[in-house]
Amino acid sequence: MEITMEYYLVISTIMFFAGIYGFITRRNLLAVLISIELILNSVDINFVAFNRFLYPDQMEGFFFTLFAIGISACETAVAIAIIINIYRNIRNIQVKNLNKLKD
Amino acid sequence: MGYANFLFLKEELSLIVLMIILLVYDLFGSQKSLKYFHPVACVLFLAHTLLNLLPQETTIEAFGGMYSCTPIGGVVKTILNAGTLIVLMQAYNWVNSESVLIRRGEFYLILFSSLLGMYFMISAGNFLLFFIGLETASIPMAILSAYDKYKYQSAEAGAKYILSATFASGLSLYGISLIYGTVGTLYFADITHNISGNPLQYMAFGFFIVGLFFKISLVPFHQWTPDVYEGAPTPVTAYFSVISKGSAAFVLMTLLFKVFGNFLVEWQAILYVVIIATITIANLFAIRQQNLKRFLAYSSVSQAGYIMLGVISGSAIGMSSLVYYILVYMISNLAAFGVITVIEQRTGKITLNDYNGLYATNPKLSVVMMLALFSLAGIPPFAGFFSKFFIFYAGAQQGFYVLVFIALLNTILSLYYYLLVVKAMFIQKNETPIVPFRSDAYTRISLIVCSAGIIVLGLFGNTLYELFVNMSFGV
Repeated sequence: MEITMEYYLVISTIMFFAGIYGFITRRNLLAVLISIELILNSVDINFVAFNRFLYPDQMEGFFFTLFAIGISACETAVAIAIIINIYRNIRNIQVKNLNKLKD
Repeated sequence: MGYANFLFLKEELSLIVLMIILLVYDLFGSQKSLKYFHPVACVLFLAHTLLNLLPQETTIEAFGGMYSCTPIGGVVKTILNAGTLIVLMQAYNWVNSESVLIRRGEFYLILFSSLLGMYFMISAGNFLLFFIGLETASIPMAILSAYDKYKYQSAEAGAKYILSATFASGLSLYGISLIYGTVGTLYFADITHNISGNPLQYMAFGFFIVGLFFKISLVPFHQWTPDVYEGAPTPVTAYFSVISKGSAAFVLMTLLFKVFGNFLVEWQAILYVVIIATITIANLFAIRQQNLKRFLAYSSVSQAGYIMLGVISGSAIGMSSLVYYILVYMISNLAAFGVITVIEQRTGKITLNDYNGLYATNPKLSVVMMLALFSLAGIPPFAGFFSKFFIFYAGAQQGFYVLVFIALLNTILSLYYYLLVVKAMFIQKNETPIVPFRSDAYTRISLIVCSAGIIVLGLFGNTLYELFVNMSFGV
């Protein structure tokens, strides 16, 4: 069976919307972070698939993916550092406890 | 590719050199010499600002169009520089307070790297550079908002910011990837010709623009704004509300004009709804705020709505009035934040009721605050009136009469809540007013500069505006 571009796109779309769903519904900050990673990785799949199947003679998509991976690693590092700081303060990382700042 | 290309990136290079100097100074400076860290940083940054003060004549292109800085982009960079300098000066007390002192050097570096990201974002000619700039701008800001390590509120603000910012950039990225799929290039100049309006491109455009709306915090994507503004350290909040917002608004405009010019009708329709919702809802929420940082957060959301009025016109007049608006908004908002910062540092008071009777004890501060609020509300002799006038003119010129009328009505609404603060300061009595104090030299200078700017731009802002008009371009 030949694997065409559509397979990759279906996977990436499912990942993207699963990420959005998770971002909205998860109750743990780490799970929210994982959902965001799903979104970012679905973008990477998109870029690589488009580049490989539609524009095989250039490299722009691959490069973008490399940069996107690096940057999402930075984001994760910063987010985890902040989450650890929250844990030190209130001893848990439930979203519902982030309620000091409100109207 | 020659290394000579790097010489075109004058402004970025000088900022990087500045950062390296400060890093070395912070690492190897003796305890005694580090006392002068703040003045040295301010003076060096002032030198950097002055070095890049003159706007360039033509568009600078480097790296095969990857980097392209228009003259008006250069002007915006200068405006951001001025704003950052003022924020730095106002941060003096906070940076030298006990819990932050040990991490002082990092504050400057993180602040400047976020500014560097904004430079790249403004002068990007390719979605890759744009994305890197956007992230370089927003990741350090998350660190900054979580900078008060021992305050839980600060950490919560940081978490809220990094999660929503990453989510927003994820949405934007998905849009960019779909655009890449349909067009096959990431260069702005090439995308413009190839955007034909197939359904996938509309979807991509939708994702992309929503991600940017998050950054500028337009309704309905503004939920993070008040929380982050309240929790972050006050100088950082000032930075958030003017520098980050101003640069993001300008970038959104250039992208809409340059890349998505073919979708003019579509994005005008989207912005039409978003502007009305932003201005009205933010104004209504601002009325009931007690915490002044939160109050200014909602006020800045509504100001972002006004800023978008310059975008919706899609004309050169719109662009110049937007840049002028950013300048005036920056000066007025930083004056207000300067007062709030210094009062919070000295007394820890931040709510509206604490400001009752401020005029009796600290007349100068309350006059500066009044100037700032009048300018934000757009009362005639001050700068804010003319910036609002220009931006309404740009909207009305393209026939958005109803929109401009609604915005005008909202100006009256906003006048009400700005005057609430003025009334608290000047009229209401207080049993336990804020004690009289003399603020430090940095804060004084920054407040004097801001008040002078509010008055001078109100009287002679016209020449500056003419300058912007000559550089601007439309769709």
